[in-house]
Amino acid sequence: MEMSSNALALAPPRAIALPRSGRRRARRSVIPGFGLTMGLTLAWLSLIVLIPLSTVFVRSAGMGWTRFAEAAFAPRALAAYQISFATSLGAAAINAVFGLLTAWVLVRYDFAGRRIVNALVDLPFALPTAVAGIALTAIYASNGWIGGLLAPLGITLAYNPVGIMLAMIFVGLPFIVRSLEPVLEDFNAEVEEAARSLGARPVQVFVRVILPEILPALLTGFALAFARGLGEYGSVIFIAGNMPFKSEIAPLLIVTHLEQYDYAGASAIATVMLLAAFALLLVINLIQAWSRRRMER
Amino acid sequence: MSARTLDRPRLALVLAALGFLALFLLLPLVVVFVEALRQGLGAYAAALVDPDALSAIRLTLLVAAISVPVNLVFGVLAAWAIAKFDFPGKSLLITFLDLPFSVSPVVAGLIYVLVFGAQGWLGPWLEAYDIQIVFAVPGIVLATVFVTFPFVARELIPLMLEQGRDDEEAALSLGASGLQTFLRVTLPNVRWGLLYGVLLCNARAMGEFGAVSVVSGHLRGMTNTMPLHVEILYNEYNFVAAFAVASLLACLALLTLVLKTALEARFHNSNRKA
Repeated sequence: MEMSSNALALAPPRAIALPRSGRRRARRSVIPGFGLTMGLTLAWLSLIVLIPLSTVFVRSAGMGWTRFAEAAFAPRALAAYQISFATSLGAAAINAVFGLLTAWVLVRYDFAGRRIVNALVDLPFALPTAVAGIALTAIYASNGWIGGLLAPLGITLAYNPVGIMLAMIFVGLPFIVRSLEPVLEDFNAEVEEAARSLGARPVQVFVRVILPEILPALLTGFALAFARGLGEYGSVIFIAGNMPFKSEIAPLLIVTHLEQYDYAGASAIATVMLLAAFALLLVINLIQAWSRRRMER
Repeated sequence: MSARTLDRPRLALVLAALGFLALFLLLPLVVVFVEALRQGLGAYAAALVDPDALSAIRLTLLVAAISVPVNLVFGVLAAWAIAKFDFPGKSLLITFLDLPFSVSPVVAGLIYVLVFGAQGWLGPWLEAYDIQIVFAVPGIVLATVFVTFPFVARELIPLMLEQGRDDEEAALSLGASGLQTFLRVTLPNVRWGLLYGVLLCNARAMGEFGAVSVVSGHLRGMTNTMPLHVEILYNEYNFVAAFAVASLLACLALLTLVLKTALEARFHNSNRKA
């Protein structure tokens, strides 16, 4: 048995495969404590998560559609969604490539320091986002370690959407690697060898044999990294520049509204972001259900 | 599976991956420590013993000391209810337990402002009794409890589902009480998974920025946690001090990774024995 967390240490939604035991309910459990534990769980869940979350929707509903639309779809808000979506999509795409490369190398090849590298992959989960934010800025700002080398060439990596993407690449990387590792480990090498013995070149083997097999895991990792990037705040705001219409992400706009005591405006944008997050959660669950069906086949 | 000597194309792949990881993971870590020590050990130490830094460290420890045990107890209760009993809507409940992971940290802070803020649901009532929750320590604790809510439960649920109910049923049929069964049978079975969940929960509790930033009043020495203190120092262009406090958090992250790797090894061994 793999430790569940090995697969997706701090990852957002992961479908837990429940045993299909609908018929077994007839047998009454002798184990005590159902009422107590279930009651406390539901109470605590409602108090900490469900009721507070509902305030966002209640507040938005109370605004009426016209005022809601004015706040949620104001030009500045639309620009912020566009920046948030574009940068987190771009970062997830780059992570899909390099995350796959990383997972592949970690699973397939033996090299000195492999275990240390493997542990380091979880760094973005463990490092507080504010620390990542100032460190990345110190690297990529035009007077920074790397930014300083590129500035004379006219390339700026920080205080623009590129900087936002760099921060999102950092926070999203482990999602892709940890999604892919288990399926790469389970991958049946015989199929691969058969393809090769039939004369397929390595690239053909990868595209025709391996890629279809790992596609669900890759898509799951991509969606998780995308979702994480969309909501990310701490690591981004230091490197983003935070210019409205240019480099202002949607979570920052929520904070800006809050600082001006515009709770309605903040709630409207939060509603849009929550709906996007829930839609992604649904997509991730669908991908995982699809992948389970494929495995059972 | 692994060749002892890598051929050229494979070596190129390994080097490409290591290059990417060095640039994106290792370099940020190195930068934190180098920038923190830029003006020598004296300046580094001075930044850490600054009263505001010390009070930020104290608050961070306090917040973790409250939110981690709370979520530990809750996680065990939830896992017990889900793993040891059959009931309709179980998958939906698991999805709800995981919900805080899908919510942006900023929204996590916002919802508590909407409940407890001056214009919030309970705002007038709290004002009448002179209770301050948001922009004070209770709000910081609540926001931290929210963002770390799923950690323990999501480690325990798959583990306890896998282990089934036979051990517990055997203990109960031999006359053990419910609590004895939990303490003597269930707890030893899941101890590594439990520790793992607590470890990750603690790392997030001490490092949370977005949610806490929204509900904190950003009062130096009062409602500033370590990550918030890093931001304040950074925005004041006090880079050495900002990176010095950040280096403590980076050490926490490294310690978390080391313990996590050790726990994973432990976990694999205990499973092999079982």
